[in-house]
Amino acid sequence: MTVVHAIFAPGLFTNGPVQTAALISATVALVCAPAGLFTVMRGQSFAGHAFSDITATGGSAAALAGTGPLAGFVVMGLAGAGLMGALGVQRQRGRDLVTGITLGAALGLAALFLYLTSTASSTSGTTVTVLFGSVFALSSSYWPVVAGLGGAALASMLVLWRPLLLSTVSPELAAARGVRLRLSETAYLASVAVAVALAALTVGAILSTALLIGPSAAGLRFGKTPARACFWAVGFGVVSLWAGIVLAYDSYDWPPAGRGWPVSFFVVALVTGFYAMAQMLGRAPARLRGAS
Amino acid sequence: MADALVQVPGPQARALVEAPLVLQVERLSVRLGGREVLHDVSFGVAAGELTGLIGANGAGKTTLIRTVLGLQPASSGALRRASVGYVPQKVTLDPDLPVRARDLVALGVDGERLGTGWRSPRRRARVDELLSAVGASHLADARVGTLSGGEQQRVLIAHALAREPQLLLLDEPLANLDPPSTQAIVRLLALLARSRHMGILLSTHDINPLLPFMDRVVYLAGGLAASGTTEEVVRSDVLSALYGHHVDVLRAHGRVIVSVADEHREEGCDAPEEGDATLHALASAPQPSRGDNEGTADAGCELSAEDERPTP
Repeated sequence: MTVVHAIFAPGLFTNGPVQTAALISATVALVCAPAGLFTVMRGQSFAGHAFSDITATGGSAAALAGTGPLAGFVVMGLAGAGLMGALGVQRQRGRDLVTGITLGAALGLAALFLYLTSTASSTSGTTVTVLFGSVFALSSSYWPVVAGLGGAALASMLVLWRPLLLSTVSPELAAARGVRLRLSETAYLASVAVAVALAALTVGAILSTALLIGPSAAGLRFGKTPARACFWAVGFGVVSLWAGIVLAYDSYDWPPAGRGWPVSFFVVALVTGFYAMAQMLGRAPARLRGAS
Repeated sequence: MADALVQVPGPQARALVEAPLVLQVERLSVRLGGREVLHDVSFGVAAGELTGLIGANGAGKTTLIRTVLGLQPASSGALRRASVGYVPQKVTLDPDLPVRARDLVALGVDGERLGTGWRSPRRRARVDELLSAVGASHLADARVGTLSGGEQQRVLIAHALAREPQLLLLDEPLANLDPPSTQAIVRLLALLARSRHMGILLSTHDINPLLPFMDRVVYLAGGLAASGTTEEVVRSDVLSALYGHHVDVLRAHGRVIVSVADEHREEGCDAPEEGDATLHALASAPQPSRGDNEGTADAGCELSAEDERPTP
């Protein structure tokens, strides 16, 4: 009993903020899995990271304007998705260059907004909340918004599943089949933007890439098909977030006493752990050959 | 080889009645970046026939195929075609993608549709049937990225066949294949053309692997095209008219060597050494047994440059 109590501290399951955090983070993991899966399969992890930086700009702008961070995350993310889709840079080198320049500009703006906010209100709390987040800080009023946005992004990924998979395998094959590459790419980027915005809400803008990419990259080592990899990714994401919440709750009893450790640290550490484990245990592609 | 000729009826066995055309190209011209890549190109592909689209690198083969597909607009001319399947050039399949051969073929059945698609016995049976048609049933559950070039080509052909096209376009499907795989793919395509009564247009820079199975040839050079049977087109006078200067056509041991004069070297294929090109091509020409020329750098490159006219 003491061991169980040591892990699941008394009051954990009846704590309001913990219940809200658990519900919201499970939703976020569900949305991040398919978006992250395609980001990894298409080799666009860098673009995924750019979204987290763009999101930081949105969150800091929202903080300066005195509104909740989520609106800023989502609006800036979707604007970024629209821009990337409109530019439609297909070559890897050009794409990375445009992405790098965009994220540099975005972080510069974030620095400005965060500076103005912290000098105006003389708190450094905003900076930490926007960049590193805290799932415990979310009130239950966020849940309907998160469910609505997440549901839309998830539905969009499921609707685009086959054309996106075909264009991931070969853009030429997809184009020959009449898949509108630019349109499907833009819709997919919008879903990634929403997934990153929701991840930013739970673990902070800077760490959101880890939640997007990590569980999916680990899932791809286990799943023999994209669909199965996606289920693995949901599992890794949910377990990382929930275990992170439990550990963060426990850490109030850890030294330095009475303050607790940041939940985002635990979540990202667990995601990284799952990825490392998947690299070691997951089947290497060469060993996935069939009967031959 | 002899077995194959019995199994697969060659050009000799073609029906005397003209088969319906599944592709008709009339006086087609295509401009790319201000340059006329194709000029007044006319030819047809009939159902049940294997047609080779022959030309050196840069002759306009890919442009022609993309124009037929509707991915590239024509500047003038007319084009009529039946339903089409397509195997693009240089499809690089990532070995890290969790996509099995059967998944890629399933994407050929309904890959452009929205939604995730539901697993159904009918869909699975259809995929199994397509894989078996290209002799790739044993590869069904392997990741496509881990397959060899020839195996990937079979899976891509199954993907392209999924909608029962009347016309199949393949862009350089033989590039980077070793001689045995090359022969196996050409034999498979000839068999598919006959058994499915489908027209096939296959582009390649090397005419030789196609010779035993090809019904017609469309020869591209300098933006112009000549078409007909191999005997009608691959002749010194026809190709000289096409290239606009003297071209030798040499035949040895069932192989053809098209020899383009030196000042027009860029129209030939990439010969490795200046003066050695012709000798090299001739040396590798008589090779009835497989694997003879595997070690040579430009095996199968028969559009060679020359300094002097060689004597066969």
